[in-house]
Formats: sequence, C-alpha cells, structure tokens
Amino acid sequence: MSSTTVTLEESGKNLWGGGVEPLKASYGKLMMWFFLLSDAFTFSALLIAYGLIRYSHPAYDGAITDFVFSQEYWPVPEMVFEAAPFLHGIHLPLVFVGIMTFILILSSVTMVLAVEAGHRMDKQDVEKWMLWTIVGGFTFLGCQAWEWSHFISGTEEGGRMLDGSIFYGANLTQNQYGPSNFAALFFFITGFHGFHVFSGVVFNFIIFYQTVVGILEKRGHYEMVEKVGLYWHFVDLVWVFVFTFFYLV
Amino acid sequence: MQQESTSGVVVQPVDKSKTNKIIKVAVILGVVTALEFLVAFTIPHDFAALRIIIFVGMTIVKAFYIVAEFMHLAHEAKMLIWSILIPLVFVVWLIAALLIQGGAIFSVLYP
Repeated sequence: MSSTTVTLEESGKNLWGGGVEPLKASYGKLMMWFFLLSDAFTFSALLIAYGLIRYSHPAYDGAITDFVFSQEYWPVPEMVFEAAPFLHGIHLPLVFVGIMTFILILSSVTMVLAVEAGHRMDKQDVEKWMLWTIVGGFTFLGCQAWEWSHFISGTEEGGRMLDGSIFYGANLTQNQYGPSNFAALFFFITGFHGFHVFSGVVFNFIIFYQTVVGILEKRGHYEMVEKVGLYWHFVDLVWVFVFTFFYLV
Repeated sequence: MQQESTSGVVVQPVDKSKTNKIIKVAVILGVVTALEFLVAFTIPHDFAALRIIIFVGMTIVKAFYIVAEFMHLAHEAKMLIWSILIPLVFVVWLIAALLIQGGAIFSVLYP
C-alpha cells in the first residue's frame, strides 16, 4: 500500500489526489468543463422552450414596415428591441444589443489574453487583462440594466391589450409587445444569462484580487485564471446563442 | 512594495504568434457578427427558413471558434473533446422533440 503511494508521488506533478490525471487535464479544469456541460443543458432547455412557445403562437405574416404590437401574434424581435440610450424616438433595430454583443466578445478576448499572460507568469499583464475583462463585464451588465428598464417601462405609444385598453411596458403577466409569454421568456432567459455574467464578474474579481496580492504567483501557476476563463467564455458562448435565437430569428 | 523582489519568478516575453492567433479569432467573431447584422437587414422576412438557416450556421461557426480556441477545447485530449460533445446529442433531440410539439400545440389552439 505505502509502496504504491511512493511511486505515484515520484512520477511528477500532474497528479490528482488518487493518481495519474485522466484526460490530461487538472481536476479543477475537468470539473469546470463538466459543470459547463450541465449549464449548457440548462440554457438549451430555456432556449428550446422559447422555440416551443413561439411555435405554438401565431407568427406575424404582414410586411415588416406595417408591423404593430398585438396580443394576437408573436412580435418580430427587431421591432421590439429598437431603442438605444440617449437616442430617444429613433428607430435603431438591434443596434444596442449588437453593441452589447461586441462588448462581451471583446471581454472574452481580454480574458484569453489574461490566460496567455498567466502561462508566461507575467503578473502585471494578468492584472491588466483581468481588469479589462471585469470592466467589460460591468459594461455589459450596465447595458442590460438599461435594456431591462426600457423593456419594462415601454414605449410612448404602448400596446393595445385584448380588452381594448392601452398598456405600457411589460411585466410577468402582461406586456405591450405581444403574448404574455414573450416578456416572461425575455425576463427568464436574459435574466438567467445576466445572473451568469454577474457571477462571472464576481469570480473574475476574486481571481484579479488574488493575482494582485500575489497569491497566484506564490502558488507557482495561474491555473485559476484558466478556470474562471472557461466560465467567462461560456457566458460569452451562451450570449451568442441568446443573441441569435432571441433577437435575430 | 518589498514583496516585488521576493520570488524568483521568471517572466517570459510575449509570444507574438500566440497573441496574433487570439486577435485573428477575435476578428473572425467580429466579422461573423457583422455579417449576421447584414443578413438581418438585407434578406427580407419572407424568406424565413433561409434566414434561420444562415443565422444558425453563423452561430455554430462562432460557437466553434469560442469553444475550440478561446476555451482551448480543440487542443485538449481527444477523449475530453468527445466527452463534452457527445452528451450534446440530447440537446439535438430536445430541439426536434419540442419544436414538433410546439407546432402540434399551435394546430390544436388555432385549427
């Protein structure tokens, strides 16, 4: 018993507690991958549920220029998400959400650069790129907060409900844009993604802090940067899908 | 400010070929997203199926680059790649099952 333990300890660094590492990945990275796989199932379920509910409602089939909000059919997303901050009353379909997409992709790029700097043991570069990633995450969250508040408060014209009254904005039971499920799914899907962004920013900040005070340098490697990096890229990946299936299609 | 000199950590210089590759992937992601916008506003809504096929295709291209390069999966052990990709078959099944179900609900509600 003891002799086997000794031989394992001698054979190098790439060991888990019990023996040689499987799949040539450290314990933490492998567990992060399988967590992300399970998270991918959760987001798939949400987005596919969106598909099911959308397909069970009538689609708008007139010309796009004549589109008006109605409870009778599913709204065309580009007619709902067409506002941008400081540009009140101007029709800018999907422009703001496009900017959000670019912000998140850019923060993903700075995250890879942080991981790359970690491989080189370059503490200053890790700090720099982690900080940019955190800034990108907060910017995205700020954009999302604006988008939510605009969606909830609604447009000046509002929308006609089934009983003939005019309703402004959206909540979980009714909304001016279309069937109540539309707003409910908006809150659920972008909210769940936004919560992931928020927790990603928190993780990034913790690792940024550990880098700054030198914990990771003392440890001899920056693998924690890689692990939170995996999570952060996943958040970006989910947004790519949300962007396509919620805003474009 | 004393701790700066405590460790004998050797900082390696920036490897230009690596950062160039990262920037190349970033440019691809940006260009594909820009193309998605182009498609959204040039191909009319009447061609719904064509639009969806193009959007889904471009999304898969972007997902590939994020997962393979940014998340480094393409450079991991083969078994790790497969153990992440194969379970996603369940997602494909769920898409088929629930979209068909959605159509069936529609035909009951709006005969």
